[in-house]
Amino acid sequence: METMRRRSGTVGGCRGMKIGLLLAIAAAGHCGCVRPPSDRTADGRIIVDYWEKWTGFEGDAMQAVVDDFNRSQNRIFVRKLTVSQIDRKMMLATAGGNPPDVAGLWAFNVPVYAEKGALTPLNRYLEEAGITAEDYIPVFWDLCSHEGFVWALPSTPATLALHWNKKMFRDAGLDPERPPRSIAELDRMAEQITLVRVERAGKRVEVRFSELTAEEKRTKKFDIVHLGFVPTEPGWWNPVWGYWFGARLWNGKDRITADSPQNIEAFRWFQSYPRKYGLENLRRFGASFGNFASPQNPFLSEKVAMELQGVWMYNFIDKYAPQLEWGAAPFPAAHTDRFPYVTIAECDVLVIPRGARHAKEAFEFIRYVNTRPAMEKLCMGQRKFSPLARMSEDFIRNHPNPYIHVFVEMARSPYVRTVPQTPLWMVLGDEMIAAADRIFSLIETPQQALRTVQKRVQLRFDRERERWLKIRQRRIAEWRRL
Amino acid sequence: MTRGEWRNLGVGLAFISPWIIGFLAFTLYPALASIYYSFCDYDVFSRPVWIGLLNYRDMFTDKVFWKSLYNTMYYAVFSLPLGLVISLLIAVMLNQQIQARPLFRTIYFLPSLVPVVASAMIWLWILNGKYGILNYLLGLVGLQGPDWLADELWTKPSLILMSVWGVGGSMVIYLAALQDVPRELYESALIDGASAWHKFVHVTIPMISPVIYFNLIMGIIGALQVFAQPYIMFGGGGPNRSALFYAVYLYQNAFDYYEMGFASAMAWVLFIIIFFLTWVATRTTRRHIYYAGE
Repeated sequence: METMRRRSGTVGGCRGMKIGLLLAIAAAGHCGCVRPPSDRTADGRIIVDYWEKWTGFEGDAMQAVVDDFNRSQNRIFVRKLTVSQIDRKMMLATAGGNPPDVAGLWAFNVPVYAEKGALTPLNRYLEEAGITAEDYIPVFWDLCSHEGFVWALPSTPATLALHWNKKMFRDAGLDPERPPRSIAELDRMAEQITLVRVERAGKRVEVRFSELTAEEKRTKKFDIVHLGFVPTEPGWWNPVWGYWFGARLWNGKDRITADSPQNIEAFRWFQSYPRKYGLENLRRFGASFGNFASPQNPFLSEKVAMELQGVWMYNFIDKYAPQLEWGAAPFPAAHTDRFPYVTIAECDVLVIPRGARHAKEAFEFIRYVNTRPAMEKLCMGQRKFSPLARMSEDFIRNHPNPYIHVFVEMARSPYVRTVPQTPLWMVLGDEMIAAADRIFSLIETPQQALRTVQKRVQLRFDRERERWLKIRQRRIAEWRRL
Repeated sequence: MTRGEWRNLGVGLAFISPWIIGFLAFTLYPALASIYYSFCDYDVFSRPVWIGLLNYRDMFTDKVFWKSLYNTMYYAVFSLPLGLVISLLIAVMLNQQIQARPLFRTIYFLPSLVPVVASAMIWLWILNGKYGILNYLLGLVGLQGPDWLADELWTKPSLILMSVWGVGGSMVIYLAALQDVPRELYESALIDGASAWHKFVHVTIPMISPVIYFNLIMGIIGALQVFAQPYIMFGGGGPNRSALFYAVYLYQNAFDYYEMGFASAMAWVLFIIIFFLTWVATRTTRRHIYYAGE
């Protein structure tokens, strides 16, 4: 009996071991030790994997271009995959040696990913294809370049403009067709539009902010019904209000300039809003705002009359508040004798991650997207404008956004700015957001808050720069070889 | 060992090899590698460069690091005892012979089944300063509620309040322990003339002390690692970074700033803190824990 048990144990053991090993192999397969999936379609076309962040109508617009490309030739098949948090996922996929062939990032990713060696320089491909800077509106070409190399080509661009509510202007006795032409005028108009509820002679009455008594303004005992303007709505550009006052956040070389006099002036203006309308009043009023992409958006629900917004805003007006009477114009500067307005240009870009299996084919697709018909189809689908230097007349004429020409003109103007094209923008941006928050909450003066940013980021900047200067020549030589 | 035992060992190892491989590749190796990275300048893309203690020095001179640690400790100090006491109270109540007991148990356990993202979104609305139901209820009793999410004084209390909502998990563990307390101890106490309070303090608490200890240790670990809710609700840290928690700042350094070395150093400091607090908790509670088997 003992013998039988041992034998059966042995037989069972061998079988068990085999099953165990099979399980182990299966598990190892999941660790990436198996053969990668085929990079060919059934009919032999090379598959180019393309990761993109867009969903909804923006994703559909790009899918239509991808489909056109796939139909236009029989050698390459682009497989588009929608990926959330695409910059982080692309970073990890690239570091892991298994990136997509094309990725749709944001232009602010370019400097950091280029310096970290995560992107393929496109110069050689561009030369072969005959694509040059002259083909693009200059700012968008610049956004794709870093350290003398081109790392990306634009997909869809954007500039920012003042969006104003014409009905609220009219109701406040202002000319609905005349937006403000300076920051001072914007502040005055905002006071005239702002409606507050205040107690007078035991009764709650609604009056314009500009009609409040000096005492009522001082005590700030009122509720805001609607606002003319507040610089924290939507709050996405709090770090860069200095641009409208002539400030820069970085000197382009070795210094952060967060505490420059111009920036301090800008944040004094920024802080004038909670000082004027009352921090608690603004907070209570702000709590009533709904999500950006909803009918409760404060601009769409006519709670705020003026906002700095991008070219994409038209889509949300069209979807959630088609009845809104609105206009778009350049957002005026503080010192109009020096420059009349400022806009910020942003851009979605297409890149080829380093280590992509089909870089050549990937570039063919990027090149196709950057042809005029494909680019105009994409940008029309997303209701933006084309980053190409030449746009067809039909594109502007047929564009559903009646103010699209404003955004194009601003992009071509000398008053266009971008966020600092440095790998440390994320750190600087986060620190500026925190500083703006402390300033708006009246916790610190602009000088105190901006000096903290200056100190913190300059320290980090110096460290990064020192490291970069050590490897710069080696990196550039490496990029030339690629 | 005999040949047979060797074989059995081989079979056993072969069967658990998927787990062993997974543990080595996805837990042990990353953990050990992160010790090394914490002494390096490492951005994931390029090779790590040894910089000695620089990450640790930078960390200890970084005001934001201290703020995130303070926020996390503040949260832990309040949410942990509150969670322990409330979940125990609910468990004791649900252990009484009341009608529809299973229904109440389900209701109290239900919130801990709600996905954390969904509950965070709901809380964003509950705590809304103007339209939130919490301020509406406070208004009914004549109180003006604060702007929970926009006022830096109230962001951490908001999160502590939310943590209480999810005590269902520890409540179930308490319930299991409460049902295990021998009835005869209560009967003896009753004969000795003990009141309900005395029975609770002198019978229930000692008998379930190992479970309280377990919930305490798990609570310390959970509270110091809190991430999802503050990240979803406050992103970069909320007003004046008042809701910037340790794990969120660690994540920011790793994935926003590509400072993997710094983030690894932060992770190890957190490990040491948790290890130390767990050790302190074990040392100080040792004499008060009753194990029936000892």
